[in-house]
Amino acid sequence: MITRTAASSRLGGRRSHPGNHAYIFVAPFLACFVVLFLLPLGYAGYLSLFKDQLVGGTVFVGLDNYLRAVQDPQLLDGLRRVLLFFLIQVPLMLLVALGLALALDSGLLRLPKLIRLSAFIPYAVPSVVATLMWGYLYGPDFGPLTQLGDRLGFTAPDLLGDAWMLASLGNIVTWEFAGYNMIILYAALRTVPSERYEAAAVDGAGPWRIAWHIKIPALRPALLLCLIFSVIGSFQLFAEPNLIQRLAPTVINSSYTPNVYAHSLAFVSQQVNYAAAVSFLLGFVILAVSYAVLFVSSRNRRR
Amino acid sequence: MPTSAPHFTRRRLLKLTAVTAAAATLAACSGSASNPASGPTEAVSQDDIDKAMMTPTTLTFWTWVPNIDQEVALFQKKYPAIKVDVVNAGQGLDAYTKLRTALKAGTGAPDVAQIEYQYVPTFSITKSLVDLRPYGAAANRSKFVDWTWQQVTGPNGEVFAYPQDTGPMGMLYRADLFEKYGIEVPRTWDEFAAAARKLHAADPKVYLTNLAANETAGWHGLMWQAGSEAYSVKGTEVGLAVNDAASKKVASYWGGLVREGVVSTDPDFTDNWFQGFNSGKYATWLTAAWGPVFLSGSAKSTTGKWRAAPLPQWDTAEPVSGNWGGSTTAVITGSKNPIVAAKFAEFLNTDLNATKMFSEVQNFFPASTTLLADPSFAGRKSEFFGGQQVNKLFAQISATVDVGWQWPPFLDQSVKDWTETAGKSLADKSDVAAATDEWQARLKAYAKDQGFTVSAG
Repeated sequence: MITRTAASSRLGGRRSHPGNHAYIFVAPFLACFVVLFLLPLGYAGYLSLFKDQLVGGTVFVGLDNYLRAVQDPQLLDGLRRVLLFFLIQVPLMLLVALGLALALDSGLLRLPKLIRLSAFIPYAVPSVVATLMWGYLYGPDFGPLTQLGDRLGFTAPDLLGDAWMLASLGNIVTWEFAGYNMIILYAALRTVPSERYEAAAVDGAGPWRIAWHIKIPALRPALLLCLIFSVIGSFQLFAEPNLIQRLAPTVINSSYTPNVYAHSLAFVSQQVNYAAAVSFLLGFVILAVSYAVLFVSSRNRRR
Repeated sequence: MPTSAPHFTRRRLLKLTAVTAAAATLAACSGSASNPASGPTEAVSQDDIDKAMMTPTTLTFWTWVPNIDQEVALFQKKYPAIKVDVVNAGQGLDAYTKLRTALKAGTGAPDVAQIEYQYVPTFSITKSLVDLRPYGAAANRSKFVDWTWQQVTGPNGEVFAYPQDTGPMGMLYRADLFEKYGIEVPRTWDEFAAAARKLHAADPKVYLTNLAANETAGWHGLMWQAGSEAYSVKGTEVGLAVNDAASKKVASYWGGLVREGVVSTDPDFTDNWFQGFNSGKYATWLTAAWGPVFLSGSAKSTTGKWRAAPLPQWDTAEPVSGNWGGSTTAVITGSKNPIVAAKFAEFLNTDLNATKMFSEVQNFFPASTTLLADPSFAGRKSEFFGGQQVNKLFAQISATVDVGWQWPPFLDQSVKDWTETAGKSLADKSDVAAATDEWQARLKAYAKDQGFTVSAG
């Protein structure tokens, strides 16, 4: 009886929703998504509501960790720093990527494949390796820049010092990701129908005008995509400062960026619960900024 | 040196930089095992021990010590029924993070683990280390240098680990540079300061020493030498005085030299720092007993130019030193075979062949009194130090290490806070003594937040 009803209802379901098969195909993804993403996320959210002390054990504290986080000067400092980083580094990087993509697309470059590949290679280098390499180049005593300065008689700036650190990190990130963004933009450019260029050329537009009036507007969705990725990347800045910290331990402190701070809270200070709250808060900030970017750009488009 | 010298030194440095040095909430008051204030379990009988050692058992041992298989093999030869799985779970902070995770998860923790002295209280406060007294640990007390035993002893006389290697601090110096600039080996800190000024004035590219602004472990060693009583622990009550008079004395002294610009503050164990030794930028290194071997592997181009001496003193009438580095073997709570695990930890660090092998294969500076006095160890001459018997010197220094120093039950936090206060002010050439007040304030706030009762020192 029971099995028959179950079977018939399944049959009936199949008949009325032919799309049910799709679940079988998405199941592996869904399982991974739930196990590797939703469950940890939920668990972190759960953790963030408690407080675990070395003496006294774990107690439920509700939203106390969040209240503490929004007033935590170390976290706010870190947030301000990544915001500044985002405002300066991202436009520069996207300009470089855009310039490269337009130059490649113009067909005027020699050896375009080689240039495309060499611009992309930094992205293929793991960020750890890239950071270690740049860390060496920035070296205050024996780095190539310092040695060049010694030869030519100028004092190279201390690129690992307080004043230059954020710019030095920005340079590493730009080096790593400009090529990646270039590929996205270049791919988007290849999808622009060539009739538009012909029409523009017939109307007397030169290459610069074509770039400005046709190519860049056509790139808008791709640029937006790059921008959203960059919001996330900037606010989650971690690997680069974490590695450079070994070279400049007194410049990059434990709360240099919010992610570095969360990591330090969890693994140095044993405050896993507070670290979870900080991470969640950071997630909300990223959501808010991403939404703001989307909102502003879609409003602009309507106008 | 083993053939894999650079590899060895890298590992070593990670372990040492991972943080400061040593270990247990020794609590001088009840440091003696003969006075167990609250003896937890009864002694295990010899019959039970014998039986356990004959029963086929597999132990898991987390350690970062290279080639430790060789010492483990000695144990397995003596006790064929026991198999020890040696697992390299990373070094220093990496290893501790994994250990904590496994302990929290309640599964996957090893039976035996390598723990640095300074981390013993950090793990004993979470009840993660087994008291080894029921397994006959107290009987081994005399086999170890006094201060190392204090470092592994808990406030109620618990023995939380066996000392393995140590790092009593001394001064390595470039005899050639000293001669070139007419500098005598400084015996006091005053002489050291004068020499620093003289040397830097003679050659602005050379510094008498580099006091790394990120080296909390070395700094703690200097505080230790100066007699600071920065930390004390008794149950859930923790005494904090990282800004006590001795600590401030050290801070003002170094802060002053750094502000004068006669001592550099480059971060240590970086490429830049290694080059500094090779290029002759630093004329001394205030380091530990593992330093000589480490340096001979990292600054080969300066072979024969170095010599070793004790640390300069605050008071020459009573020479005293601190410790930087070294580690212990501890049995982890939850081990299903605590008897075997305890006996393994004991064997590794008390068996004469094993300890000797550590000093020869791994170049460990021993905690074993027998070995420190052994001519085969102490009499070794080092080519890097122009034939000097460096081990003998450091064995003498080891005897002067102050026994009173204790570590906090949250060392990571103290290291972090030091780096961001005192360390930063060294790098920035600001008031280091004042920065120790900030260090104290931060640490106090943290300790209270963690539920400790905080007293001043």
